[in-house]
Amino acid sequence: MANLNVVQAVNLALRQEMAKDPRLVLLGEDVGRNGGVFRATEGLLAQFGEGRVVDTPLSESAIVGVAIGMAAYGLIPVAEIQFQGFIYGAMEQLISHAARIRTRSRGRYHCPLVVRTPYGGGIHAPEHHSESMEALFVHTPGLKVVVPSTPYETKGLLISAIRDPDPVIFLEPAKVYRAIKEEVPEDEYSIPLGVARVALEGSDVTLIAWGAMLQPALRAAQLVQEKGVRAEVIDLRTLSPFDTEMVIESVKKTKRVVIVHEAPRTCGLGAELVARINEEALLYLEAPVERVTGFDTVIPFPKMEHYYLPNAQRVVRAIERVMGF
Amino acid sequence: MPKKTIKSFDVEWLQILDEEGNCDEHIRPLLTDREIRKLYEWMVLARSVDERAFKLQREGRIGTYAPILGQEAVQVGSAYALQPSDWLFPSYRETGAYLVRGLPLKLIYLYWSGDERGGQIPEGHNDFPITIPVGTQIPIAVGAAWAAKTKGDRIAVIVYFGDGATSKGDFHEGLNFAGIFSLPIVFLCQNNQWAISMPLQRQTGAQSLAQKAIAYGFGGIQVDGNDVFAVYKAAQEALDRARKGGGPTLIECVTYRMSDHTTADDSTRYRDPEEVQTWRAKDPILRLKKYMEKKGLWDPSYGEQVISEALAQVEAAVREFEAMPPPDPRDIFRYTFQEMPADLLQQMKRFLEEREGSEG
Repeated sequence: MANLNVVQAVNLALRQEMAKDPRLVLLGEDVGRNGGVFRATEGLLAQFGEGRVVDTPLSESAIVGVAIGMAAYGLIPVAEIQFQGFIYGAMEQLISHAARIRTRSRGRYHCPLVVRTPYGGGIHAPEHHSESMEALFVHTPGLKVVVPSTPYETKGLLISAIRDPDPVIFLEPAKVYRAIKEEVPEDEYSIPLGVARVALEGSDVTLIAWGAMLQPALRAAQLVQEKGVRAEVIDLRTLSPFDTEMVIESVKKTKRVVIVHEAPRTCGLGAELVARINEEALLYLEAPVERVTGFDTVIPFPKMEHYYLPNAQRVVRAIERVMGF
Repeated sequence: MPKKTIKSFDVEWLQILDEEGNCDEHIRPLLTDREIRKLYEWMVLARSVDERAFKLQREGRIGTYAPILGQEAVQVGSAYALQPSDWLFPSYRETGAYLVRGLPLKLIYLYWSGDERGGQIPEGHNDFPITIPVGTQIPIAVGAAWAAKTKGDRIAVIVYFGDGATSKGDFHEGLNFAGIFSLPIVFLCQNNQWAISMPLQRQTGAQSLAQKAIAYGFGGIQVDGNDVFAVYKAAQEALDRARKGGGPTLIECVTYRMSDHTTADDSTRYRDPEEVQTWRAKDPILRLKKYMEKKGLWDPSYGEQVISEALAQVEAAVREFEAMPPPDPRDIFRYTFQEMPADLLQQMKRFLEEREGSEG
């Protein structure tokens, strides 16, 4: 057992899976010699060699397209896109091919591909380095979307993503990369995709969050506890397909919901969660579901991004609104 | 300091068989009489399949179809140079190449009838299903070539695309990647002069497409795409080089789209009929027939026999595909993921229940 951060947990998961399965290949910009700009793949080139860790040209569409071809040929590629904001050049490969080759070929070909990419704000980076556009991937049939929130979660979820027979977009919260350390077992374990977790049990209001937003949600839960409100916090973990059952179960118990995401509000995953809650638990609700989200704007440059990103105070206000409704 | 030349290059043009069926025997690929006849027979079959598809569309029996008329030599000549262990990545205008690869003909009609079962390439065939977004198959083919090279498989990958695709970013990203890693791949451009209504001059300001290979660090050649010998020879050499670790090649096959872009297009709106007429004289099948006649490999009774056998195959395939039971609506859901997620299962159940209520 070691005390690891998220970056180290990514590294450990990759290292262990690569040692286990010779079909696993890493590719991306700066992933080899430099060990990745966040060092998530540090040491892997030295351990596994150039046939397993591929420093690619600066070429997002080729990285994903090549990975699809590798998968078709029987390998298990794990591609890194340096920042989620740079993935758009590869969207055609993801949407038009990775997500649908199984359907198009009626199962003859499939695409066991993982695309890892850091996402989200709060890291004081230049434009395009702080995007949280997970809804684009969730809206694409055939893609799975996974967002870990802690080091322990990261290792277990990444291992499941790698072993999954379908393409998985693995969004790593850049803000959490080195912010949290926790015990991560050296031993093998995995966390199933499509299953959420209760990060904090409560009875009065359900907070739903994922990735970097889990921390403000947990802090808000702490703050309202002093006022006697016991918030339940659900870490959604897999955004597609998401765990409707756990969400609905919690909503039926608490009857109040606050959804927290840093992505823009309109058509964010929060909107789908609200729709799903309305379909399956409308009559249990004591208050309209609140959303604490980014705005329908471009995420500001570092000087003003803290205005944009949801924080514990905003979540507390939303909790107060649903409690006082 | 005086200027100096750091790189200069030539682009080769290869033609072996001219429009009159005259052949440069010195450079003709080594093919037996039987193999020459086989090339002719494949091209006649490809044309018969194509003509029939066009008619089936007009009769409302299949959907939109992308004709290959005039491009039979490119497709047959290149695919004939492949080994079964090689991999093929098509765009959407490679009916002829698919046939030579042994893809069941009924799948081709099934696909164009709007039935996904037509994309279910049988096990053991290293062919990809049709790819419609232009040029996007190129990086994927490069990935397969990377995997083959790394695994030490002595195979080659061939990827087909048109002149329009050379304007796309994926063409650049794919060729660039292949050049860097010296991958076993042949980029086969069917330059048929037209991308729907846009002529080649709107795709490139360069004198040839073949020369683009130079910028990626490997060789390119321009070939008379209506000369099946030239296409076969260029493909054979490039594939062989790829299998032996010699890296990629770009082959630009200069041909002509004699028909419309698809059955939904009307090329008389934007093309001079005289241009089409001049290409009619360069017909790839006619050309090979003239050569074979001179060599005593073709006479009218053989010609008739080839056509009647092709038509019989086409008829059998049409019967077979039209006799297929309708697809199972559950297939819409079934292939999205290996295991159907709970919410998708819900959607399918609701759909099936409601369908039962209405259509029965």
